[in-house]
Amino acid sequence: MTATFECKGLSKNFGSTQALEDVNISIAPGRVVGLLGPNGSGKTTLIKLANGLLTPSEGEVLICGDHPGVESKAVVSYLPDKTCMPLWMNALQLMDFFQDFYQDFDRQRAENMLQRLGLDDRQRLRQMSKGTREKVQLIMVMSRKAKLYLLDEPIGGVDPATRDYILDTIIRNYDPEAAVVISTHLISDVEKILDEVLFINRGRIMLQASVDDIRQQYGKSVDEYFREVFKC
Amino acid sequence: MDWTFNNDMPIYTQLVDKIKLSIVSGQLPPGEKLSTVRDLASEAKVNPNTMQRAFQELEREGLVFSQRSNGRFVTEDMEVIMEAKRAMAQEYIRGFMENMEKLGYTGEDIISLIRGGKEEDKQ
Repeated sequence: MTATFECKGLSKNFGSTQALEDVNISIAPGRVVGLLGPNGSGKTTLIKLANGLLTPSEGEVLICGDHPGVESKAVVSYLPDKTCMPLWMNALQLMDFFQDFYQDFDRQRAENMLQRLGLDDRQRLRQMSKGTREKVQLIMVMSRKAKLYLLDEPIGGVDPATRDYILDTIIRNYDPEAAVVISTHLISDVEKILDEVLFINRGRIMLQASVDDIRQQYGKSVDEYFREVFKC
Repeated sequence: MDWTFNNDMPIYTQLVDKIKLSIVSGQLPPGEKLSTVRDLASEAKVNPNTMQRAFQELEREGLVFSQRSNGRFVTEDMEVIMEAKRAMAQEYIRGFMENMEKLGYTGEDIISLIRGGKEEDKQ
């Protein structure tokens, strides 16, 4: 079976700064994986490499067996860590925009979710609160029938109820054949919806393991284990 | 169902225990159709694969069975349900005894304490 997302000997330097060093990972279809690490550990760099927004200094990234490019962008649904959508657009315009760009966009699904949110279709992104904006962006990203969802800090900076909404939207909408990568440092919030975790620190992958294996082996939650491993 | 989880045990085993409790207590009666994995996962706020794993375990123990296209059901075999109930009761008793022994009580003391407690309740 071809891995949905694979890195082989992947390194990335920014000048003399080594952001990623010899990363080797493989993520199978149907898995929900947490990319967990402290600030500045290389999470966003890894996700940007997977998107083809950065190019590797060494090694390679494979999405369903191909290097990032036009084909991979058609099957990868990406939620950046910053707002990337045009702020002057309202929800209707955003849906048009996504429909034009992505063949796999399921407009009906997006409409249903927006309706449940009770949002005014004509309200512009600019006029929305941060939490609402995050929800709308996530709805767009999760309304694609992608093979790989790359979600960079989907729950950063929103209240706990909004976090629940976002996590529920993720587990309700991802295709069972698709893989999901969620980068975050809010581990206790995401732990229950993950199959596996990747611990990353100073650009190196320290651990790839299943959540229940960690709990079984160490008798503690991933959150507690993370605190122990990354103790300052 | 109460979907809170402890930190020191795998999530799927806790799901198995919670669903099992619902079955042996009759909250999920014999023959009852279960919600889909995805719906239950969403309700419990867990990964659908984890919920799936819990159901596989319950199927292995014979407490639930799946019918190809109809979904999943609670077993109608009362013997299997009663057996699971007895096993859970044994487990609770073992935990209780351990805690009582930590307090310094031994077998007979514990039994008389339980009896005494009941008599006090009646008064």
